[in-house]
Amino acid sequence: MMKKSLFFFCSSAAFLMLMNLSGCKPKNAGDATGADAAAKVYVAPGKYDELYNFVSGGFSGQVSVYGIPSGRLLRVIPVFSADPEKGWGYSEETKPMLNTSHGELPWGDQHHLDLSQTKGEIDGRWLFANENNTPRIARIDLKTFRTAEIIEIPNSAGNHSSPFITENTEYVVAGTRFSVPMDYENGDVPISSYKKNFKGTLTFVSVAPKDGEMKIAFQMLLPGMNFDLSHSGKGPSADWFFFSCYNSEQAHTLLEVNASKRDKDYILAVNWKKAAEYVKQGRGKKVKANYAHNTYNESTHGATSKIETETTLLDIRDFPDLVYMIPCPKSPHGCDVDPSGEYIVGSGKLAALIPVFSFSKIQNAIAKKLYDGNYGGIPVLKYEAALYGEVKKPGLGPLHTEFDGKGNAYTTFFISSEIVKWNLKELKILDRQPTYYSPGHLSIPGGDTRKPYGKYLIAYNKITKDRFLPTGPELAQSAQLFDISGEKMKLLLDYPTIGEPHYAQMIPAELIAKNSQKIFRLEENKHPYVTMGEKNSRVVREGNKIHVYMTAMRSHFSPDNIEGIKVGDEVYFHVTNLEQDWDVPHGFGVKGAKNAELLVMPGETATLKWVPEKAGIFPIYCTDFCSALHQEMQGYVRVSVKGSKVPISFSLGKNSDAADEVLKK
Amino acid sequence: MRKLFFIVSFALFITACAGGGKTDSDNAADKSAVEGSPATDTKAYDPDRGEGKFTDVKIDNKLDAAMALKGEKIADLKCTSCHKLTDEKLVGPGWAGVTKRHKPEWIMNFITNTDVMIDKDPKAQAMLEICMVRMPNQSLSDTDARELLEFLRKNDGVK
Repeated sequence: MMKKSLFFFCSSAAFLMLMNLSGCKPKNAGDATGADAAAKVYVAPGKYDELYNFVSGGFSGQVSVYGIPSGRLLRVIPVFSADPEKGWGYSEETKPMLNTSHGELPWGDQHHLDLSQTKGEIDGRWLFANENNTPRIARIDLKTFRTAEIIEIPNSAGNHSSPFITENTEYVVAGTRFSVPMDYENGDVPISSYKKNFKGTLTFVSVAPKDGEMKIAFQMLLPGMNFDLSHSGKGPSADWFFFSCYNSEQAHTLLEVNASKRDKDYILAVNWKKAAEYVKQGRGKKVKANYAHNTYNESTHGATSKIETETTLLDIRDFPDLVYMIPCPKSPHGCDVDPSGEYIVGSGKLAALIPVFSFSKIQNAIAKKLYDGNYGGIPVLKYEAALYGEVKKPGLGPLHTEFDGKGNAYTTFFISSEIVKWNLKELKILDRQPTYYSPGHLSIPGGDTRKPYGKYLIAYNKITKDRFLPTGPELAQSAQLFDISGEKMKLLLDYPTIGEPHYAQMIPAELIAKNSQKIFRLEENKHPYVTMGEKNSRVVREGNKIHVYMTAMRSHFSPDNIEGIKVGDEVYFHVTNLEQDWDVPHGFGVKGAKNAELLVMPGETATLKWVPEKAGIFPIYCTDFCSALHQEMQGYVRVSVKGSKVPISFSLGKNSDAADEVLKK
Repeated sequence: MRKLFFIVSFALFITACAGGGKTDSDNAADKSAVEGSPATDTKAYDPDRGEGKFTDVKIDNKLDAAMALKGEKIADLKCTSCHKLTDEKLVGPGWAGVTKRHKPEWIMNFITNTDVMIDKDPKAQAMLEICMVRMPNQSLSDTDARELLEFLRKNDGVK
């Protein structure tokens, strides 16, 4: 993410490190871990972890779930990338979830996560995830650990400063990393016309309080630049949202150099409450758009994709009291609000200090118009008028800060590869610990909410190198768990992650575990092709479409012998898992199928489409070991040539006469 | 060949069940999944009644036909993939005569507290050695279990 843009500074950074930060690379892990580290992360067999840890999967497109403090991988939730293991994006039911205005996409780049909140505290209902490449936001239901909804963001490219939420989950935001011409304008323009034709947008997506349904409420139109990260205010600042931005130089080439020229970029303070009021008064401008909105229905066990055609824009030039810019040193990344809502910590990724802004001073500066000119029509506040103070010489390249709820802040430093603990009020450095190597984000349970549970901290490192056994040119990116319950941070554990962990969220286990769904109730299954009991299993031909109403139960499919299918038919296996017991999925595979397996949860129906291309016998079988007789859970499908007269037939449990005779002997 | 299959399946079964991995369906956050060995608890076990919430099920000499019909619907959805109404074994044993072999309490406890009963009940364990598939808990409510019992009574000729 930021590896390349930092190369420019490497030589000077290396020099500085040699000069004053000699402690940042101990010779071995023994220097940092205490003797009791093993006991602190040991979770005995059969015991549960204290916390759930949701970790973004970066270029894997998925979200992973770990148990903390053990660091055990509990689950990978498919979100933006197709996942043949779980049939995600391959079953007929889940294909629409990956639909976009560009068609069905097999891959996404998942950067950041935010857990839903009520009154600024994590409520354990949903997890939001962003997609950077083809801008989207997903909502994951924490009852089922499944992606329940995905909405595409129009007029955007590189959805990076997302999916951060307001403190009652009223809105989830999306800010463009790549400014581009708007979708409703002609985009066929010279790249060099960036300043004239490229725009940035901040999108506010409303979240329905009861069922979580997302809807694009409004988009703010801003001058072209790169929005990086964001966080909502809290408590006194709850009506405001803060976005960091870089490339205020408006460069469109060699950003590594050209977007790093200015001494300061900006943090934007956005009054979202007021913006919502303007939209309610009908003052927004409706523009044409084209974006997908995909929802998964747990009762029909299927997804639908709807293409939306309109959004509401607020051109910031027409609303001078919505956005203010606060100068912030050197390409800010993190933009983090402390639990009280008063302090906003900016982290200039090329800076050697951390500015801390004060919400009350910002309000005062706005009221008294303490401006330092404007940027594209947006008032720029005087740096000193918004500043609470600076943390001096904290390290090199601050990126992201979270809080422990005891008055302390913890910041990652990419260039000097460390975590620094400092006191918010006094801006005094209290402790520093090296990480291996170059952390991006860190995570403290509830560390970006009003109520942190400040016992652990995890650093997500971009570079692993010699920390794990070599696995060829690429190593899994590492997470490092620290105990932060004492005055000094203590390293407890290193463990590998999936894809690239950018951002993470942690939550005490009891908030989620108690609601976790164990089965889907058969009685509530409203799938249009459900088979309610084995008696109803059957095969139906409709023209060249064959619908197989199939059931699965330990350990057989019904029917398991099917004939009368012809080459070129579209065969739909609608498999209903009749199990009503926790953790007993059945899998379903067909020889030569060009998509993937199905993995059908207890009480669920899922559909595999198969178009046989040649005549012959094709075995089907259960792919998920289900019982002692799992190997017997299989069947045969006969495919005949086009124009064949073999009639549709299906059966279960009828051997041929010859086979029965062998059995008798 | 079939013999070999039997041996292999049995071996897989033993492996799959060692440690009781998938048997405890109600594991509280602070509770161990493997809590004591089932063998030590059999002393207090009542093989006639089984173990579960049903201690005294009142049944009439006459059949409640409406209730039996509801029970039949549940059976069709959740049970008859594995159980025949005759005495013929499919995946599990045939149902004919089951209400004569077991008390109503045993049947309803087995339906609703399946995993515990398979681990403790001598008759259930003997049946497992024949069928080689643990009966799954099909999430029947107390009412469902009672209705199913009525259907089983009907199947055994109660009028």
